[in-house]
Amino acid sequence: MDTSFRQNEPIYLQLIERFKLSIVSGELLPGDKLRSVRDLALWAGVNPNTMQRALFELERNGLIYTQRTSGKFVTEDADIIGRVRRELAEAKTAEYLGYMRSLGLKTDEILATIKEKEEENANS
Amino acid sequence: MPILEAKSLTKRYGSNPALTNVSFAIEPGRIVGLLGPNGSGKTTLIKLANGLLQPTSGEILIGGMSPCAKTKSIVSYLPERINVPLWMSAEELIKFYSDFYADFEPNRAQDMLRNLGIGEKMRIKEMSKGTREKVQLILAMSRRAKLYMLDEPIGGVDPATRDYILATIINNYDPSASVVISTHLIADVENVLDDALFISRGEIVLYDSVDHIRESRGMSVDGLFREVFRC
Repeated sequence: MDTSFRQNEPIYLQLIERFKLSIVSGELLPGDKLRSVRDLALWAGVNPNTMQRALFELERNGLIYTQRTSGKFVTEDADIIGRVRRELAEAKTAEYLGYMRSLGLKTDEILATIKEKEEENANS
Repeated sequence: MPILEAKSLTKRYGSNPALTNVSFAIEPGRIVGLLGPNGSGKTTLIKLANGLLQPTSGEILIGGMSPCAKTKSIVSYLPERINVPLWMSAEELIKFYSDFYADFEPNRAQDMLRNLGIGEKMRIKEMSKGTREKVQLILAMSRRAKLYMLDEPIGGVDPATRDYILATIINNYDPSASVVISTHLIADVENVLDDALFISRGEIVLYDSVDHIRESRGMSVDGLFREVFRC
């Protein structure tokens, strides 16, 4: 049972984030069938109503869809997946920039740090 | 109709108030944490719902009925203390429960005993405290009840068993049934709860969904509990 949720934020929001990440990263592929709400709830160690709420929000955002008799599937719409990828990237970037600014770094210094790290990663 | 409802419920032991003017309603399909420090009235509330105590004033209703034989057929109650004959084996208890409760499913109890590695031939008196608690919980969860009232179900068991118990509660989830879990180990149960009912000195101080608590206060139910009940 996975119980590694952040303490200060509703669990369904964290579930939505995990699903988005799985879809954008290709861990869940377009057209993949999702497991039942109960199975997903057990897998995440959360209340089935919480899982249901997360899936409902994902469906409202077009990331998954329900086929009346056969269950829920990951969207095959590449535009939607691309949009979510940008959203996730923007949110993480804003968070990163906020942190770097709080350390007192200016834009050119931040960019230099990123470049440096990327070169280091490429060489290792 | 709420599956469990308290209306201006008051219980005094002599002149000591245990519950004072408590009102709330729990709808079907919810998993509710009954949370409060020791001596706050959790067990009194559960005993009132099971007809083991009579209210001093006000009422408590199960599906609209006062506790009686009929409500007992739809309520699965796990008491905080051992309530089964010590000389019986797990196997005999399963038979016993099958005779008592029409909604008891023996095969589910047998599956759970096997999963937790508890031998059916073992007598309750030969079991450790933790194993006894597991057997009692298995018996309670093997019923297809409309309301489960679990008084401190995870207090005495190890973390791996705790996970198994919580998974059993999730797996057993039925939109027409509700589960009330009384505990002070909030961090352990928080992720499986829909709602938190905070009780302090016999009064309801908060009844809200876990999502809303986290959203509006920016902290977990466990964090809020520590703040509300700081000693």
